[in-house]
Amino acid sequence: MPTLFGTPLRRKEDPRLITGHATYTDDIRLPGMLYAAILRSPHAHARIRSVDASEAVRAPGVVRVYTGRDLEGRLGPIPTAWLVPDADLKTPPHPALASERVRYAGDGVAMVVAESRAAARDALERIRVDYEPLPAVVDAEKAMEPGAPLVHEEVPGNLVLHWRAGNGAEAAERAIAQAEVVVRRRLRNQRLIPTAMEPRAAVAQYNPATGELTLWLTSQNPHIHRVLLSGALGVPEQKLRVVAPEVGGGFGSKIPFYPDEALVAFAARDLGRPVKWTEERSENCRATTHGRDHVQEVVLAGTRDGRITALRVRAVANLGAYLSTAAPGVPTILFGLITSGPYAIPHIDVEVFGVLTHTTPVEAYRGAGRPEATYLLERLVDLYAREIGMDPAELRRRNFIPAHRFPYETPTGLTYDSGNYERALEKALEALDYDGLRKEQEEARKRGRFLGIGLSSYVEICGLGPSKVAGAVGFQGGLWESAVVRVHPTGKVNVYIGSSPHGQGEETTFAQVVADELGVPVEDVEIVHGDTAQTPMGWGTYGSRTTPVGSGALALAARRVAEKARKIAAHMLEAAPEDLDFRDGAFQVRGVPERKATIQQVALQAYLAWNLPEGMEPALEASAFYDPSNFVYPFGTHVAVVEVEPATGQVKLLRYVAVDDPGRVINPLIVDGQVHGGVVQGIGQALWEGAVYDENGQLLTGSMMDYALPRAGFLPPIETYRTETPSPVNPLGVKGVGETGTIASTPAVVNAVMDALAPFGIDHLEMPLTPEKIWRAVREAEARKGGAAA
Amino acid sequence: MEVTVRLTVNGQPAEGSAEPRTLLVHFLRDTLGLTGTHVGCDTSQCGACTVLLDGRAVKSCTLLAVQAEGRAVTTVEGLAALLPPEARVEGLHPLQAAFWEKHGLQCGFCTPGMLMTAADLLSRKPDPSEAEIREGLEGNLCRCTGYQNIVAAVRLAAERLRAAGAAAVGGEAALAAGAAAQGGAP
Repeated sequence: MPTLFGTPLRRKEDPRLITGHATYTDDIRLPGMLYAAILRSPHAHARIRSVDASEAVRAPGVVRVYTGRDLEGRLGPIPTAWLVPDADLKTPPHPALASERVRYAGDGVAMVVAESRAAARDALERIRVDYEPLPAVVDAEKAMEPGAPLVHEEVPGNLVLHWRAGNGAEAAERAIAQAEVVVRRRLRNQRLIPTAMEPRAAVAQYNPATGELTLWLTSQNPHIHRVLLSGALGVPEQKLRVVAPEVGGGFGSKIPFYPDEALVAFAARDLGRPVKWTEERSENCRATTHGRDHVQEVVLAGTRDGRITALRVRAVANLGAYLSTAAPGVPTILFGLITSGPYAIPHIDVEVFGVLTHTTPVEAYRGAGRPEATYLLERLVDLYAREIGMDPAELRRRNFIPAHRFPYETPTGLTYDSGNYERALEKALEALDYDGLRKEQEEARKRGRFLGIGLSSYVEICGLGPSKVAGAVGFQGGLWESAVVRVHPTGKVNVYIGSSPHGQGEETTFAQVVADELGVPVEDVEIVHGDTAQTPMGWGTYGSRTTPVGSGALALAARRVAEKARKIAAHMLEAAPEDLDFRDGAFQVRGVPERKATIQQVALQAYLAWNLPEGMEPALEASAFYDPSNFVYPFGTHVAVVEVEPATGQVKLLRYVAVDDPGRVINPLIVDGQVHGGVVQGIGQALWEGAVYDENGQLLTGSMMDYALPRAGFLPPIETYRTETPSPVNPLGVKGVGETGTIASTPAVVNAVMDALAPFGIDHLEMPLTPEKIWRAVREAEARKGGAAA
Repeated sequence: MEVTVRLTVNGQPAEGSAEPRTLLVHFLRDTLGLTGTHVGCDTSQCGACTVLLDGRAVKSCTLLAVQAEGRAVTTVEGLAALLPPEARVEGLHPLQAAFWEKHGLQCGFCTPGMLMTAADLLSRKPDPSEAEIREGLEGNLCRCTGYQNIVAAVRLAAERLRAAGAAAVGGEAALAAGAAAQGGAP
């Protein structure tokens, strides 16, 4: 039977999704169900003098109104679960509803539960909250200044964490002082709104007789949600079932444990009726976590002939008003440790300040820390190339960690598993006809057309990760994954996994792996995920970990099943297990092909158990809990080609070439899809997206009218290529691919635009590169030139 | 106060009571239980709620349920049935089949709206260029796919429909669309 590994199968999850028969959380309707709506603070910072819900309680259809006071002692605070060590981390309390003070525009103040969605929404307007507005601070650097308004009294200077990484600040300082070339730049990595197409939602149902509570919610990690909810709500874990049904995208924003979902669960138990809450989009913009938001001071030192000698980064990360579930790990572990990227840089010094402001909490957003690291490095490498007059591709080539040095230990203490960075770069240059394109660029400039070519080489850390490392870096959980492979008496297979895909296609890719391992048709394998009552404990889907970690568990469990099946088959065929060949779904006695037992026949015998080998347990299933020995490190080079029109500031994307190495590829169709989507999100950051607050802390990009998402017409076809360097870390040699696009594409596009603008003497502009920004910069550049001439 | 709304949904008569302020999308989802149509925003930008109204794509969040009184609505649940069985691919509308084949969806949340918009596009323009498809999908947002495979799927469906000599929106919905285009209600 041909192997399914590497085959572009169409997805098993699609029939329900293309016909309208999938069930997302908001599609769930239960008898007697109530609807919740949450009143959110209009102020970024205010003291709550009083909350008067009496009129709302009397409104038609209203069943109950909860305020912060009602929850005291009944619903615990919302925890932070990544306690980064050696960072002087502060974790100020986060109540489920604010009762004394609101800390961002969107902070929850009260929840109405009513007979209908509309009644709940109407009643919000009848709640009278007496606010005393207080000064707010939205900019992280301003929040660090003496005398800035404090977000939490217990966090002086609004500084929640101060963290360092690298191999010696003094040595880096010396290397910079002695360097032939030093490039310094201040960069802003703007705040983004993840904007999964499905807003958050939750439905909870409580059975007072059994004490069982079921919560359906938009989650990337239902098992983590169950543990945290159990703690906050005081419902023992065995009575708590958390289900992530169909989930309409997450991109990190459905990792956190939010107050809202906990409130829904609380209300369902309190009222003894099912309760549903669905976020509106404007609510999603304000109350679902944001991403990025760094200000970085970067110094890159090197030689005149293009050898990087040191990198120093001082980053201020805006973390918003509360420390979200995984927030502390994002600008530290997932950012600081990867700042040297694909290059052999002798000296690294990273310092990170995590700061609270009166804004929406900031969390992981697709790439989470790694895009912020890749952007600063790739931007600085281009500036360095320009400074010394070297081609940016050549500069990268000179500094790559060479293929023979893997596994490679970085100055920040990571061990890169495998790589061949130059091969990916060369493939990209070849796909592009780089030399030809450079000539074309030169010709075009003579004719007054401004083409730009932008490179971005990256390595990312994903497949999180070994649990002992998780513990060492303060993650309050393990980072292994699980799988149960259950072959039924008819030979059909269910696989129960602890991770929780929500669009990434593992129902298909994992079925391919299991079908290969067990020799059964892929149609016979069904992957079950997202339900804590059905699946073994697992840590969820984020950090591009489901394939590299989850498939490890999957392969191990499937191989255990195959091993047991072999013993049963040997017993059935009266042969020694080692004398059997397993091919095309059947065990055959070597040299006697007619003596064979199919896996389906073996499965039936395993369940009948009339005649099993001495001492063998009945049934045919196995579980595995797989804790990887290391992270995995996908890499690649992306190139954007743009044309900038100086008269209008418009950027036109002409081509986009992505060469990624995600290790061995299970399903190329799905890998391409992941790259396309990631690339486009990264292009969104480069050119259009950005969360904007006014100085009072009002979110000005609070809807899809104001927050500019990429649209179909803005984009060129993404040309995808791959190299394949297997990871030695996991049984299948796979790495992750969910975030590579977002990590690589933002600097590629910005570098391309800056390359296009080089004739104007413009070498850096802050994202997003809107036409207005470019137009102004060009005008100023021309004015300078004119002024100099005059 | 609630009013009764009577209309045709996916070729069948349907009725339900709704407050006059109820949006068509909520009527379809909450009253009629057709949850294939999704709500992704509150400003009519995302297009996840797109349905066909008398054969033409509309964002069902821009319309009150009462405005659909007496009219024909097609949701994603009824998309395949717009075509005669012989024009379907594995029982699916060629657009659905092409989205599947070309990996034109990931989380699937925007997909019903994309399909309905694409059906309208192909019914008006059976052989669109890539640029025309991209322009035709401007009112529908997808955060997962980067649109590339959606565009490829629409192209493939267009080819197949042309080869089969079928319209993307067939049957009564097409008649209704034709009548509406001539200025008269069907």
